[in-house]
Amino acid sequence: MNCICGHAQESYAKYFDPLYSILSNYSKDESSLIPVLQDAQDHYGYLPLDVLKEIAGYLGLSLGKVYGVVTFYSQFHLQPRGRNVIRVCTGTACHVRGGAEVLKAIENELGIKSGGTTDDLEFTLETVACIGACGLAPVIMVNDDTHGRLAPETVAMVLNAYRTKGEEVSRATSHVSH
Amino acid sequence: MKSLVELRQLRSEIDNKQAAAQLNLKAKIIVGMGTCGIAAGAREIFEAIEEELQKGNSDAVLTRTGCIGMCEQEPLVDVQLPGGDRVTYGKVTKDDAIRIIREHVLGGAVVEDKAVARCITGKQQTGHELDQQARIPTYDDLDFYRKQYRIVLANCGRINPESIDQYIAVGGYEACAKALTMMSPEAVIAEVKGAGLRGRGGAGFPTGLKWELTRKTPSGKKYLICNADEGDPGAFMDRSLLEGDPHRIIEGMIIAAYAIGASEGYIYVRAEYPLAIRRLQIAIEQAKAYGFLGKDLFGSGFDFDLKIKKGAGAFVCGEETALMASIEGKRGMPRPKPPFPSVSGLWGRPTNINNVETFGSVPWIVKHGAEAYKAVGTEKSTGTKVFALTGKVKNTGLVEVPMGMTIREIIYDIGGGLDEGKELKAVQIGGPSGGCIPRDLLDLPIDYESLRDAGAMMGSGGMVVMDNSTCMVDVARFFLKFTQSESCGKCTPCREGTKRMLEILDRICSGEGREGDIELLEELGNHICHTSLCQLGGSAPNPVLSTIKYFRHEYEAHIKDKRCLANVCAGMGGAYVIDQQTCIGCGLCARVCPTGAVSGERKQPHVISEQLCLSCGACAQKCPVSAIVQA
Repeated sequence: MNCICGHAQESYAKYFDPLYSILSNYSKDESSLIPVLQDAQDHYGYLPLDVLKEIAGYLGLSLGKVYGVVTFYSQFHLQPRGRNVIRVCTGTACHVRGGAEVLKAIENELGIKSGGTTDDLEFTLETVACIGACGLAPVIMVNDDTHGRLAPETVAMVLNAYRTKGEEVSRATSHVSH
Repeated sequence: MKSLVELRQLRSEIDNKQAAAQLNLKAKIIVGMGTCGIAAGAREIFEAIEEELQKGNSDAVLTRTGCIGMCEQEPLVDVQLPGGDRVTYGKVTKDDAIRIIREHVLGGAVVEDKAVARCITGKQQTGHELDQQARIPTYDDLDFYRKQYRIVLANCGRINPESIDQYIAVGGYEACAKALTMMSPEAVIAEVKGAGLRGRGGAGFPTGLKWELTRKTPSGKKYLICNADEGDPGAFMDRSLLEGDPHRIIEGMIIAAYAIGASEGYIYVRAEYPLAIRRLQIAIEQAKAYGFLGKDLFGSGFDFDLKIKKGAGAFVCGEETALMASIEGKRGMPRPKPPFPSVSGLWGRPTNINNVETFGSVPWIVKHGAEAYKAVGTEKSTGTKVFALTGKVKNTGLVEVPMGMTIREIIYDIGGGLDEGKELKAVQIGGPSGGCIPRDLLDLPIDYESLRDAGAMMGSGGMVVMDNSTCMVDVARFFLKFTQSESCGKCTPCREGTKRMLEILDRICSGEGREGDIELLEELGNHICHTSLCQLGGSAPNPVLSTIKYFRHEYEAHIKDKRCLANVCAGMGGAYVIDQQTCIGCGLCARVCPTGAVSGERKQPHVISEQLCLSCGACAQKCPVSAIVQA
């Protein structure tokens, strides 16, 4: 959190305020750790080291313990993630019905491999063991939406709906420049 | 809420309200909005219907329901005109939805070509609609439902899961009122024991006995946990149940908590099931508001509070001791048993853990009695079991059948058999802990013991149908890859053993298998089964061992002849050749070939260049007339 504008203290407070309000909902003990991490990740998009340190301090746990839990569960991330998270199901039913082809198509479409994030931070691609919508295999999830009965050819269409719309981007940039 | 009488009063009030709504002559439209329905586009359909109703100035009531199990037909829309039967439409597109609104809801004529089934609810219909409806099969006429026996799934797809009133209207919470006001905890346990209910999470431990052990352990505080960390690839019954009928699970948990004397309960749900979590939250709030959760339930002096814990993405947390560690905020690693959770569980207190489907069976047992439940199923495996039927089968979906039904009946009579003349090769039962059952064992009755003796396992009830295009070595490798990456790393047999087994399978699948590899896999597998700390490791080799047992020749073909009989394992053996007599010149093979090795004129036999062929087998898989074989 180094800052050259001279307002380091204020920025720091602003950065952690949401975390403090998350923490205030939970008791100060170990059992709160996983829900706190989940809420913090929902807010920050990932779990930066500074956030982990604050959480450890508040719950009275060592940073090592917190780090151990974060790295144990596949849901937690230490690196920034895309605005949209794509989860490709590689479960049995999807496997038998061509899930691997769908994954390949998405990798080609986005130019990243499973586990990667696009440079513009629009998409993160990962695989999951089973989404539980096997009747519609092959299936992917984008954020909380499930898309079923996919084919390599229909992948691009699904993803396009999630891209930041061109006009919105220009509006956002023009807003910044004013 | 103080008594059964009060609950019945509430039920009749709801009934009257619903009857009044019927008299208002409003049409009802119900959209199936489980995760699978939404994945198939139900949300867009819902919005299109909303819009169309506004346009048509209709006062029809639009609501949602959970999964009825007919995944193959999603998205599903039900329409019920006042006094008419409830008609279910399948594979509804946006255009269909608009048509259904215009023709059926506003026009009163059933859209026959989209109707799948109807549920007889009508009393007074006449004329055209009656004739039309008579032509549509009822749910009981459908092969998919006729042989099913729905206890746990009875309400799924029938009621609105976000309405506690609808649950009460079908008799919900009466079992819990009966247990708390008219039965002692011991009597509840005796009933569940008498019913012979066994854990639906897979291992099949008698539920009543588990409850009794927890009840008998003296402690000031006890916990009850519902294990909804459904992680098996290929299983989704817990999700559907939580999404479609969350109050049933809550009711089952209240009864269990009363029986064992637990004042606090947790439902541990996978984070991958956001809709299930949301519906559970709504249901818990409603149950609290109606006085089914909280203090002094039904005036019995018994308190019970329920919380949701979201998983964080670790398959091993489905193991009970790992699950408890996760609730405590630790890494989800299993610990040795004993002590069993019934003696020392969550925070060292006696804890009872059951699976979603187990809790879902409890209200029915308490309401109808042990004898009625025992009458369903077999002697040692009583009641029903829900299976997630998927893979190469016509009617994929959720089916609930009496225990003891044969695999053949489930796949052919309910599932409608395989697609276009494909031949069944094996059925994978029980996910990564289960095994593959070959075709000649299709008449095996489904119960805990028969499956175990066949080398499979009930598991959570995933049933994946495989045909000749599936390579059994590849399937075994797929499951082992899954368990290997989900191994928590605590005990050596599981951590190191599964890794070594996977290496061997990898080399077999890439054509570098060695003489003796099969025996080595068997030896390693048996050691891992017997020495792992928990059942993740203890059952991880099952898919490998069962495929070796029944499909040893496929392993041998990979190792000795360097051939994959299903053409799945790429890059093995020599180049592919096209039989000139059989080839119809469709050109499909040329289109899928990654190196452009296939050439030929349209409608003329094609040829494959031996130099360019990678032996990936993509062409052979696509060929409609099976003209392509490995040289």
